[in-house]
Amino acid sequence: MQTQKADFSKTDLSKLEDLSKRLRICSLVAIYHAGSGHPGGALSAADLISYICGHLLAWPPSNGNGRAGDRFVLSKGHACPVLYAAAAECGLIPHRMLLTFRKLGSPLQGHPHVLDAPWVETSTGSLGQGFSAAIGMAMGLRYQRSQARVYAMLGDGEMQEGEVWEGAMCAGHYKLDNLCAVVDYNKLQSDDSNENIMGIAPLRAKWEAFRWHVIEIDGHDVNQIDAAFTEAKQTAVKPTIIIAHTLKGRGVSFMEASPLWHGSVKLRDEELATALQELGVSERQVGGYLDGSIWQDHNR
Amino acid sequence: MEASGKTTTAEPAGTPLLIGSSGDSLREAFGKTLVHLAPRYPNFVVFDADIAGGTGVHHFRKSYPERFFQFGIAEQNMMAAAGGFASTGIIPFVTTFAVFCLRALEQARLSIAYARRNVKIVASHPGLDTGPDGASAQATEDLAAFRAIPGMVVLSPADPLEIEQATEAILNYDGPVYMRSGRSKTRRILGADYRFEIGKGRVLREGRDVTIVACGVQVARALDAAEMLAADGIAARVVNMSTLKPLDKELVARCVEETSCLVTAEDHNVHGGLGSAVAEVVVQDRPCPIEMVGVQDTFGESGEPDELAEKYGLTGPYIAAAARRALERRKRN
Repeated sequence: MQTQKADFSKTDLSKLEDLSKRLRICSLVAIYHAGSGHPGGALSAADLISYICGHLLAWPPSNGNGRAGDRFVLSKGHACPVLYAAAAECGLIPHRMLLTFRKLGSPLQGHPHVLDAPWVETSTGSLGQGFSAAIGMAMGLRYQRSQARVYAMLGDGEMQEGEVWEGAMCAGHYKLDNLCAVVDYNKLQSDDSNENIMGIAPLRAKWEAFRWHVIEIDGHDVNQIDAAFTEAKQTAVKPTIIIAHTLKGRGVSFMEASPLWHGSVKLRDEELATALQELGVSERQVGGYLDGSIWQDHNR
Repeated sequence: MEASGKTTTAEPAGTPLLIGSSGDSLREAFGKTLVHLAPRYPNFVVFDADIAGGTGVHHFRKSYPERFFQFGIAEQNMMAAAGGFASTGIIPFVTTFAVFCLRALEQARLSIAYARRNVKIVASHPGLDTGPDGASAQATEDLAAFRAIPGMVVLSPADPLEIEQATEAILNYDGPVYMRSGRSKTRRILGADYRFEIGKGRVLREGRDVTIVACGVQVARALDAAEMLAADGIAARVVNMSTLKPLDKELVARCVEETSCLVTAEDHNVHGGLGSAVAEVVVQDRPCPIEMVGVQDTFGESGEPDELAEKYGLTGPYIAAAARRALERRKRN
C-alpha cells in the first residue's frame, strides 16, 4: 500500500512549479491537435494537478494503477487534458499519445474513461458523478480497513449539480476523513460567471453546514496547496474540502478570466504559438509543437 | 474484509433455494435470499435509500448491519457511489424502487455500466403491480431504459424461487445487472427442478399453436391464459423470459419456427420492454405475427394490482384474446 510521503523540501516544490508549466503546455498542445477541448479549466487546475499527481500520488504509482493506494478522481472531467498531461509528464503514457486526444481509437477520450486509462480511477464527464464515485471509493476502502485516501477535484460550476449536495451530505454524515475534495474555484463556467449563471457563494458556509472541514487557499500557490493537503490528511472525523481560488486560463494572458475559453474550442496556430511562448517555449521550438514532431522525434 | 461471524449453514451453490414461503412477494424473497447468501458470499454489501422495508432489504439490515449502507433519500449519489465502491473489490447491491432507478439512470449509465462496475441494481415496485401509490411510483419504463444501456444485463424474475436463484446467479456474474423484484404477493409457479440461468428463457408449458412470451408477474397470468385457450382447443406454449437482455434468441427463433405467432406479456409500457426485445429478434430473423400485451403507452393510477391489471388489460383473458388475434393474423398471412 502506498504510504504517506515524508515532508519534502522546497526544491521539490519549485520542481512542481516547473511541472505545472509543462502541464499547461501539454494541455494546450493536446487541445490544439484535437481541434477541440476545454482549455480554461485545464489551465486553472494545472498547479493543483501538478501537486496531486506529481507529489501527492507520486505518479507513476509503484503498485500497478494505484489500486491499493491513494486515488484521485477528476470529477470535472472536461479538464482532462491537464490530467493526461500529468500522465505523460509522470511517465504513465508517452507524450506522443497526447496528440491523439479526442481522436478515433485513442485511450485519451474527450472525458476520462477508466477502461481506456485505468489511472483516471472512474469515468467522468457528467458533473457530480465523479464526486459520488469518490465517496463510494472512500466508503469501500474504509469498509476494508484500508488506510488509502481518496481525492476528488470538482469544478465550481459543478456545485450547481444537486448530486454534489447529496454527496456532500453523505460524506459529512459518515465522517469520511479519508476523503479530500478540492474545488477549482475559477469563478467562471461555460457561458458566464458563476454568479451570473447561478450563484454558488458562499461556498465555505455551505460546505461547513454539510459538516465538512473547509480550507481556503490560492490554488496557484504551491506552498499553500501543500499546506492544505497536509492539513486535510491530519483532519480526523470530517471530510475536507479545499476551496482553491484560481484564475481561469491561468498562464496565458488572452485566456485568463475569460469564459470564451471554457468551452470546447479550436485553437488556431497563432493562438497556440502565442500561448506557448508566454509559457516559456522558445520561438524555435514552437513549430515542433504545432506539427507534433517534438514528441514524435524524441520518442517520448 | 471482516468475517461476518454468522454461522448459518450454507448450501452448495446452485441449489434451488426457496428459503422464503411460496407466497412471498419477490421483494421479500430477494431480501431473505440476501441474508441466506451472506455467509457464503462475504464479498457483497447492500445500499439503501431509506426504503429498506419496501425493497425487502430490511431483513439484511437486521442480520448484517455492518454490510448495510444507508444513503438517505438521494438515489443519484447512491448509484454513482456504488460504482466507486465496486472499484474497491466489493459488490454493492443497490436497492430502491424502479422509478428511482430511472431518476439515477444516468449515474447507472456512466458510473456503473460505462465503467463496467460489478454492481447489482435491484428494483422493487415495478409496473402497475406497484398498486395504490399510483402512477408516480409505477415504473413502466425501466426495462426499456436499462435495456438501452450497453453491457447492462436486465432481468425480471417470475416467482420467489426464481428470484432467489437469480440473486445468487448475478452475484456470480461479473458485471452490471438491473433486476426487477416486485411488490405483490406472488404465487409459486416454478417447480423444484427449475434452474434459472442468465440469458436463458424457459418453456413452462408446451404448445404448438401460439407462444406466449412473458416476464415477471405476467408469467402467472400467461399460464392462466394458456388454461383458457386450452379450453377452446388452442395449445399455447408459455415461455418465462426472465432475462430481457441478453435475450434468448435461440429460444425465440425456435418458438417462431414451431408456433408461427407470438404474444408478449409484460407489466411495462409496450414500447421498449419485452415485446420490443422479442420483436427486434423476430423481424431480423423470420417475421411473424406478434401481439403485445402490456401498458399501452399510458400512465397508471392508484388501485389494487389486480384491479389495475384488469383495467389496463394485463390479465389472463386479455392475454388469451391477444393469442386469438395472433392466430387469426397467422391464418390470414
